[in-house]
Amino acid sequence: MAVVALETQFHVLAVDDSLIDRMLIERLLKTSSFNVTTVDSATKALKFLGLVEDELKTFETSVASEIHQDVDVNLIITDYCMPGMTGYDLLRKIKESKSLKNIPVVIMSSENVPSRINRCLEEGAEEFFLKPVQQADVNKLKPHLMKSRTKEEQDQPLINNKRKDMEEIYSPNKTRLRCSS
Amino acid sequence: MEVDQMQRQYLDYTKPLFLEGFLDGQFLQLQQLQDENNPDFVAEVVSLFFEDSERLLNDLTFSLEQKSIDFKKIDAHVHQLKGSSSSIGAQRVKNCCIAFRNFCEEQNIDACLSCLQQVKQEYCHVKNKLETLIRLEQQIVAAGGSIPTMEFSF
Repeated sequence: MAVVALETQFHVLAVDDSLIDRMLIERLLKTSSFNVTTVDSATKALKFLGLVEDELKTFETSVASEIHQDVDVNLIITDYCMPGMTGYDLLRKIKESKSLKNIPVVIMSSENVPSRINRCLEEGAEEFFLKPVQQADVNKLKPHLMKSRTKEEQDQPLINNKRKDMEEIYSPNKTRLRCSS
Repeated sequence: MEVDQMQRQYLDYTKPLFLEGFLDGQFLQLQQLQDENNPDFVAEVVSLFFEDSERLLNDLTFSLEQKSIDFKKIDAHVHQLKGSSSSIGAQRVKNCCIAFRNFCEEQNIDACLSCLQQVKQEYCHVKNKLETLIRLEQQIVAAGGSIPTMEFSF
């Protein structure tokens, strides 16, 4: 019996203040069969993700201000250099958020600054792409998305053979052990 | 003109643009992203590049004419222009921007003015080339042909 594979498409949120770069990243992502939403600022990204800033409070109390959204974003890819909130700030907000911290984040930048790259990776970014982003870069995204999805599946009861077989082998209630082939 | 003649004309026109450094591999990437479902992708992105660049060049001209020059602002504009030219593969424009930013950092007004002139020139060149290139592509497609893909080892 084959494992039931999830057929749902991955949804990527792309954040970049440059219209040309938004067009490019959208095309690149769509070529890889991703569902894409693009926004032109980190603030709009947070709004889309359901983190809305209370005018009086800062984002430190974001747990209280989180609005449950039915938006299912599987990956966020953001430019580093943006006016206002930078991609790095956005990365931090996401990693500080209870509901969003498990979403993989990828940073893009036109500048090859090792300290910048390290800072982002240390803050939890999965990858750092140098612009202009290539198809080869986008091809690296699927494994991160599969990893997140597998993690989700492991937290839920599985409906595949492997787990069933393991239960049969280790379950004390069974009188007979069935070996998996 | 027959389609294969058009295709040859297109290749004869386009190949030198790469060899002379007007365009780089990123432009080929753009072309690869174009397909039957997105037939105008290249033309759209290039058109955006023209709009963006002209706005930035105007802003740069204005900023460099001021009595008191805001180098931070100028650097921000050049950074944007560098980004968009890099994204479409306009190599010479991008390289000019790199030099420009260095002079911004040094706050060297004369060098900046000279760079601005150069960027404008390079932009005009590549704009003409791209307009012709896209026109040749559209001719081929209108005649029922396909745009030949170029293969280069860079």
